[in-house]
Amino acid sequence: MSAPLLDIRGLTVTYRRRRDAVTAVRDVSLAIRPGEAYGLVGESGCGKSTVAMALLGYLPRNGRLDQGEIRFEGRDIARMGPAELRALRGARIAIVYQNPGSALNPSLPVGRQVAEVYRYHARMGWREAHEAAAAMLERVRIADPRRVMRQYPYQLSGGMQQRAVIAMALAGDPALLVLDEPTTALDTTVQAEILELFDGLRAELDAALLFISHNLGVVRHVCDRMGVMYAGELVEQGGADALFAAPRHPYTAALIGCVPDFGVVKHERPLASIPGTLPDAAALPSGCAFAARCPIAQARCRTDHPPLEVLDGARLSRCWFARDTPAPDAGIYADEPPQAASAQESPVFFSVRDVHVRFGAVPILRGIDLDLRAGRTFGLVGESGSGKSTLARVLTGLSAPSEGSLELDGGRLSEKAAGRTAAARRALQMVFQSPDTTLNPSHRVAHILRRAVRVLSGLRGDALRARARELLKEVALGDEVEPRAPAQLSGGQRQRVAIARAFAGDPRLVILDEPTSALDVSVQAAILNLLIVLQRRSGVAYIFISHDLAVVRYVSDRIGVMYLGEIVEEGPTEAVFGGPHHPYTEALIAAVPHLRAAPAQSAVRLRGQSPGPARRPAGCPFHTRCHRVRSGCAEREPPWRDAGGGHHIRCWISVEELTCVQAGHDKQ
Amino acid sequence: MRWASALEAVRRAPTLAVGALMLLTWVVTALGAQWIAPYTAVQLNLQAVLAAPSAAHWFGTDQYGRDVLSRVLYGGFYALSIAPAATLLGLVLGGAIGLVTAYFGCWVDEVVMRLLDAVMAFPIVVLALLALTALGPSLVNVIMVIGFVFAPLIARTVRAAALAEVRKEYVQAARLRGEHLPYILLREILPNVKGPLVVEGTIRLGYAVFTSATLGFLGLGVQPPTPDWGLMVSDNRNMLTTAPWTVLFPALAIAFVVVAISLLADGLEELTAR
Repeated sequence: MSAPLLDIRGLTVTYRRRRDAVTAVRDVSLAIRPGEAYGLVGESGCGKSTVAMALLGYLPRNGRLDQGEIRFEGRDIARMGPAELRALRGARIAIVYQNPGSALNPSLPVGRQVAEVYRYHARMGWREAHEAAAAMLERVRIADPRRVMRQYPYQLSGGMQQRAVIAMALAGDPALLVLDEPTTALDTTVQAEILELFDGLRAELDAALLFISHNLGVVRHVCDRMGVMYAGELVEQGGADALFAAPRHPYTAALIGCVPDFGVVKHERPLASIPGTLPDAAALPSGCAFAARCPIAQARCRTDHPPLEVLDGARLSRCWFARDTPAPDAGIYADEPPQAASAQESPVFFSVRDVHVRFGAVPILRGIDLDLRAGRTFGLVGESGSGKSTLARVLTGLSAPSEGSLELDGGRLSEKAAGRTAAARRALQMVFQSPDTTLNPSHRVAHILRRAVRVLSGLRGDALRARARELLKEVALGDEVEPRAPAQLSGGQRQRVAIARAFAGDPRLVILDEPTSALDVSVQAAILNLLIVLQRRSGVAYIFISHDLAVVRYVSDRIGVMYLGEIVEEGPTEAVFGGPHHPYTEALIAAVPHLRAAPAQSAVRLRGQSPGPARRPAGCPFHTRCHRVRSGCAEREPPWRDAGGGHHIRCWISVEELTCVQAGHDKQ
Repeated sequence: MRWASALEAVRRAPTLAVGALMLLTWVVTALGAQWIAPYTAVQLNLQAVLAAPSAAHWFGTDQYGRDVLSRVLYGGFYALSIAPAATLLGLVLGGAIGLVTAYFGCWVDEVVMRLLDAVMAFPIVVLALLALTALGPSLVNVIMVIGFVFAPLIARTVRAAALAEVRKEYVQAARLRGEHLPYILLREILPNVKGPLVVEGTIRLGYAVFTSATLGFLGLGVQPPTPDWGLMVSDNRNMLTTAPWTVLFPALAIAFVVVAISLLADGLEELTAR
């Protein structure tokens, strides 16, 4: 075994706050060998980003490295002076952050920003640096580097920006590349391209990777070894395959169980839920930090702090009962058993007929037709810009369609929310994406819920207060949150209050616009479980909008796939995912990172980025990016084809042929 | 507990405390002038015309032998009655315009904002002068005019702050419930633009003192012999070289209040920014 490139030993970092101090990272040791890809996973607040900042010498002013050493190429980073650190950063260690938009300088052309790195670290002249930058941009698979070099960051898509940032990071020829959530801000399809880029680069370069992410699927795709952090500690470490196959810490197992792995559906298995919340870092328990939330905790766990114990070979676990850890899909992590789907088909109660939305001459939605059934979930998927959120706004009456109609129980609905009857407004409610802005920061939870109950259900006095309290109970929150302001709640709690608010008037259809995409996986699992329970109890129908195909597949009964304002495929979830599918759906599915199965070596990749509704191609809108494009596609709009069982695909290729080519492809 | 948090605020924003203390001095002396002032504002003393500051007349006397200190103290009351009332009027008007334009956007926003731009193209004093010449000078008219000319400025600030709020999801949720417009504007959006509104109001309060003094100086505010600071500066400006105290002390009083309010505004801004 070669000497480690990075050797962190006993790292402890403390942040000073106004009144107290918080230990964000406690006694973390990890080593990365040259060329190795190490993944560090954990939920928000577990300390993973603090580890990254400490090893770059970038701790904020109130952060202090209390103990431990960070040896990089044999030298301790914690004891380096500013000049030494400057020479190290960007050259030997480079970092790529989550948001490429803010990592690039908006007022300089991209080429100059990459060339700058060569000027500074390799002491090249401008011309030479420019050539080197072009070569590096080509290396990160940017098709036309000379043109891109002259462009400003705002002219590039998010994926291209992130490639440019990666090019800058690689320009210093680093021995270690730190990636802090590098794909979190990107669409799934773009994420797949970037992950593929990492695969390619790892084969070409000898840089080691420290990959920090909350997305287990992504880490699994990229990394050889991984560590799991909880409450500032490393709780488990091991080879990525072994760790996913048989986790040896209940937190890891529960975390894996929280993720709706692609292919799992709600009728088969409820998602794991981790009860309670992360312990306050200022008042950690004396025993195991996870004990209060652990399903297999014993008396000993609450009193004695478990050491990081070596299991077999390279496996480490900080658990007294590491070998007894139940598998992620064991029922022990879930609250309720799954419920079989009811075979009886409920009647259609809400219809969308030929809805168009145009901004000026630009079509945002083109002829949307939908039928929704009571008690069922309709999933809407598509890349950003496909019109999913516009459709949600039209259904709720927040924006008016340019053409087309909405029907509730056969009666036509007013286009604007203000023009609808009280009953129609009660029937249609929405849960929004961002837990930060969904609740009015100046109102208390009690006021928010009571106002919704008062306006939507018309209750008054004691009945109103009782109903508001009941709503809180339904979303599994206690009375104690009533007097709190939104800022005093966690993201998950805020989203629960928002769900309670939407349910204040016993709705019949709730539109969920990316309700969990801003949440940690364990919180997402809890919210998804809650939504499923509420649906079973009240018979509400959902429209579930998400860019995360695994989540949509998990919760939905039917799926609609949108591309540039049109539905290109629609049908029962298993039919859509099982195939045959529209080539666009095929590409979306290929982009999903899997948890348990080995990463699929699929050649299906979307070409380029979506042209956007303003430059919508003629004929089939997807033909410019389609991997199965043929001669007629650019000329006329494709017909709907019936794949049987209520499954429809809008494509020039016949269902039989799609079945055949896609089945052949899957076998490869 | 409340006192502890007040002390904490003073420690974090000392300018706020100094400004507030200065402002409090003004309010107390203006309201208590009749008990504090050694003479009344209009008491003539022809034996001591244009007397220099002395033990009997700390700030000296003016051309009619009136005590300058007493007149400055009484004069505070006029500034105190004009500035807050005018600012309040400006806040209500400007706040309403700002909230409505931000909420509706589109052409409503365009039309109203261009109109306000046109109004703001004139210097405030010129506008006020025009209006007061037409309406005639009186306390109520001065308040109305200052309030109206401040409204466009306040509307801009409120609109900018409200624009960020209008797009937020809690406003959409309120629309989905079918809340009526006044509820959305006043109960949902207004509480979240309170910070900028308070800071803007404080800044405007300082300007209102200044503007009312300017109008007094130009003879368009309250009329003599009322002890208004602006009017005092104007009345005595011919004596600037022979009896500078008749102009200096009312001018200092104006400066004192304007500085006090500026400090307060800065302090508030510091507090709300964090």
